[in-house]
Amino acid sequence: MSFIKKPKIDLPGQLANKIGLLKRDYEGVLSTLCAGCGHDSITAAIVQAFWELSIPPEQVIKLSGIGCSSKTPAYFLSGAHGFNSVHGRMPSVATGAQAGNRDLICIGVSGDGDSLSIGFGQFGHAVRRNLNMLYIIENNGVYGLTKGQFSAAADKGSKSKRGDINQWKNIDAVSTAISMGSSFVARSFSGDREQLVTLIKAGIMHPGCAILDVVSPCVTFNNHVGSTKSYTYTRDHYHPAGQTDFIPPTSEIMVSYAEGDSTVVELHDGSKLLLKKAGSGYDATDRSRVMRYLEQQRARGEVVTGLLFINAELPEMHRIYRTSETPMKDLDFEKLNPGSEALQKLQAGMR
Amino acid sequence: MSEVRVNDFVLKIGTVNGTGSASANGMILKALFRMGIPVTGKNLFPSNIQGLPTWYGIRANHAGYMSRSKQVDVMVAMNAQTYQKDLDNVTAGGFLIYDSTWPRERQLNRDDITVLGVPLAKLCNENFSDARVRILMKNIAYVGVLAALLNIETAVLRSLIEETFASKPKLIESNLKAINLGFNYAMENFTCPLPIRVERMGDNSEHIMIDGNSAAALGCIYAGATVGAWYPITPSTSMMDAFKAYCKQFRIDEETGQKNYCIVQAEDELAAAGMVIGANWVGARAFTPTSGPGISLMSEFIGFAYYAEIPSVFFNVQRVGPSTGMPTRTQQCDIMMCAYASHGDTRHPLLFPANPYECFEMAVSSFDLAERLQTPVFVLSDLDIGMNDWMIPELKWDDSYRPDRGKVLDADEVDELEKFYRYLDVDGDGIAARTLPGENAKGAYFVRGSGHNKHGMYTESSAEYKDLVDRLLVKWNTARTLLPKPVLKNAQKETPIGIIAYGSSDGAVVEALDTLRDKGIHADYLRVRAFPFHGEVTSFVENHETVFVVEQNRDAQMRSLLTLETDIDARKLVPVLHYSGMPIPSECVVEGLCEYLCVEDVA
Repeated sequence: MSFIKKPKIDLPGQLANKIGLLKRDYEGVLSTLCAGCGHDSITAAIVQAFWELSIPPEQVIKLSGIGCSSKTPAYFLSGAHGFNSVHGRMPSVATGAQAGNRDLICIGVSGDGDSLSIGFGQFGHAVRRNLNMLYIIENNGVYGLTKGQFSAAADKGSKSKRGDINQWKNIDAVSTAISMGSSFVARSFSGDREQLVTLIKAGIMHPGCAILDVVSPCVTFNNHVGSTKSYTYTRDHYHPAGQTDFIPPTSEIMVSYAEGDSTVVELHDGSKLLLKKAGSGYDATDRSRVMRYLEQQRARGEVVTGLLFINAELPEMHRIYRTSETPMKDLDFEKLNPGSEALQKLQAGMR
Repeated sequence: MSEVRVNDFVLKIGTVNGTGSASANGMILKALFRMGIPVTGKNLFPSNIQGLPTWYGIRANHAGYMSRSKQVDVMVAMNAQTYQKDLDNVTAGGFLIYDSTWPRERQLNRDDITVLGVPLAKLCNENFSDARVRILMKNIAYVGVLAALLNIETAVLRSLIEETFASKPKLIESNLKAINLGFNYAMENFTCPLPIRVERMGDNSEHIMIDGNSAAALGCIYAGATVGAWYPITPSTSMMDAFKAYCKQFRIDEETGQKNYCIVQAEDELAAAGMVIGANWVGARAFTPTSGPGISLMSEFIGFAYYAEIPSVFFNVQRVGPSTGMPTRTQQCDIMMCAYASHGDTRHPLLFPANPYECFEMAVSSFDLAERLQTPVFVLSDLDIGMNDWMIPELKWDDSYRPDRGKVLDADEVDELEKFYRYLDVDGDGIAARTLPGENAKGAYFVRGSGHNKHGMYTESSAEYKDLVDRLLVKWNTARTLLPKPVLKNAQKETPIGIIAYGSSDGAVVEALDTLRDKGIHADYLRVRAFPFHGEVTSFVENHETVFVVEQNRDAQMRSLLTLETDIDARKLVPVLHYSGMPIPSECVVEGLCEYLCVEDVA
């Protein structure tokens, strides 16, 4: 049996967040992934981000598809309802869940195979609907559970563990999402905890579909020389495009920043994102310039990270539909059922 | 033909798709309905937007027979393309009406029918100036012709027109003018009415005219369904169109203008299934209307919902398969697929509505069953029920009805437990309690399609796996007790002959029973309304020597299911099959039985 209950240990000095929960309250069962797997670092960052945001776990739903990445929702937020769906179809379940209860905070964890091959269509349509969720793609360029086939995210020319050279151009989740009109696109690296936690927090609070592509090396099948998704390659080509700070609703922007070198994006709940250009001139709100920049860096083999594009004004699914603010599942039956009199009246027109 | 036949005929109208004949045909149908005559309207249409031939068949029958009849007593041949075929199809002694603006003497080569020429185009060209109006009014003009020939009350037509165009008085004027053009021409040139004619029987005030897709959509409204996810596919599309229309009427908050419903047009049927499952998982009643090809695509998710035990409702408005098949023709061809949809050991409850009345009823109960049983439930309608116009008793609603949400523990109930386990069968009926996201962290669980045990935890243990799938069988037997019972119609005499049918084959069987009785063949009839089968289905077969299973597919799917799922002696079950894509006529049932029973003189 590969399920091991994780013991809850009270460590001295653990801090409680605003709602009195410890970090361990945001953990799940013990991971069964390989030691050193990038996905476990992302899980840890998710735990950290939810804890820092003081979100009650029961307000969260966590969904996934199939693959190594999709096992991870079991490893965080044991107090949240989880849904390990079928391969590539997490977005549709998330869409239904959001349709049924819009008050839930939704996090979807997918992989490069799950989102860029079998689930490419659903990935695109979650973006198109601007479904209010954080959509993480744990990207290792490889099919781990079936032992090392290239995924659609593998770079052309990269080498498999068995020595095959990938002949196909990769599908890049980031530029694809931006070109489809995404409202929030970021890329990070499982090895950059600080950036990852910030981007997860920003993605959770973003009122729309936040795509977060995380390079997450597979230590077993894709961490060798010749791989472009290894720890070594990613560290060597890691290239943050500016820096993002997440500022919760009631907090002030404390850091000083030079006029023109930063952009503040305000989210609907009052929290703010401070985008620091760090001298690069990168502007995450200018779609065409972002696309050009990403293309230039891609050609050079650089892994550009950070909050790469944002438009917090794009309406999410329910705003477009003008759905009731009361979640569908909470609407009173009396409100939903027109009653016998209305049925009689309606049928008068059917004669 | 000179013998007068009242309130018993088939009228067929052949037109070109896209010329606006639907409103004219609907007008005739409703006029007959309002005269108290039992009527049905069946649309035979191509998979095309404009230009191909289309027919509308109206059957008026004082005895209330609803099935398609092969007979054509009066044909209105408005389509030059199909003229010869339409002429050939008229039953001897019948009548053909055509547009004589362009004479067709050479093609009128039948002397066993009466051909009536009306210069419809000429009349309309002389009286209307706009080109599009001329085309539309040509249709209305043949309504006037038929009113004279068939003795349809013009006052009824007038009120129908006035109601339809209440907001556009100019249209009332032109429509009435067109009616009069046709009516007067017929009165002046033919002996009216024809021997085939109508007479008022009442007012049908206890009945309505509706199609099954609208009725099913209305059932979803009344069941409190809030989320509809779908991908357009003929012949189910009009169900979501109707749901949307009813939502606009009943589900928009008067104060805020916000919608108390959420309809998502999915990217494909796979996604539609995922959305339905996701919405039901969080506690909203959700459904999808689709047809056979859609179920094929949804099957992976259907197996998931079966194993993870998530309520979900699938309406399959069946059409002719396999593959794309004939999308605008009817069949009952997805019985086996829906019964066992998906890989692995899966079985699903099926409901078989026989008419729009049951579409409404079963739409409501499908949600109760899905939530009670925490499993996918299928409502298997078909194109004939879904898209054709049926006369049914007025729908009734009991205001004391409250949805059966099944075993759902709220936050307080979870708090009272020492620990919550998702798949623990406490009551012994095979159904475990679920919790909804967003309510209580203590009630959180992890839904997965991978192996799981009764505690909701991942497992690869053989014993735990078996424990869970064996419980699903206990639940399957619980389902048997909750589903609608079959409907039994006994013959007047004791008989060793039985008939089993389901869904839209009902009308043909009911009519055939009378014809057969007149021939001295008596049969008991059991209409199956659900799968898994009720015990009465088995005993019905046991109590008869021969049981004819009437259905609309090539492979006798219901018969197969009966032999697979009961210990009925298969040799007793004789298939009577109709799979041309047209709704089954009663003649098929009569012939099927007579052939087997070697009775001479088959009508």
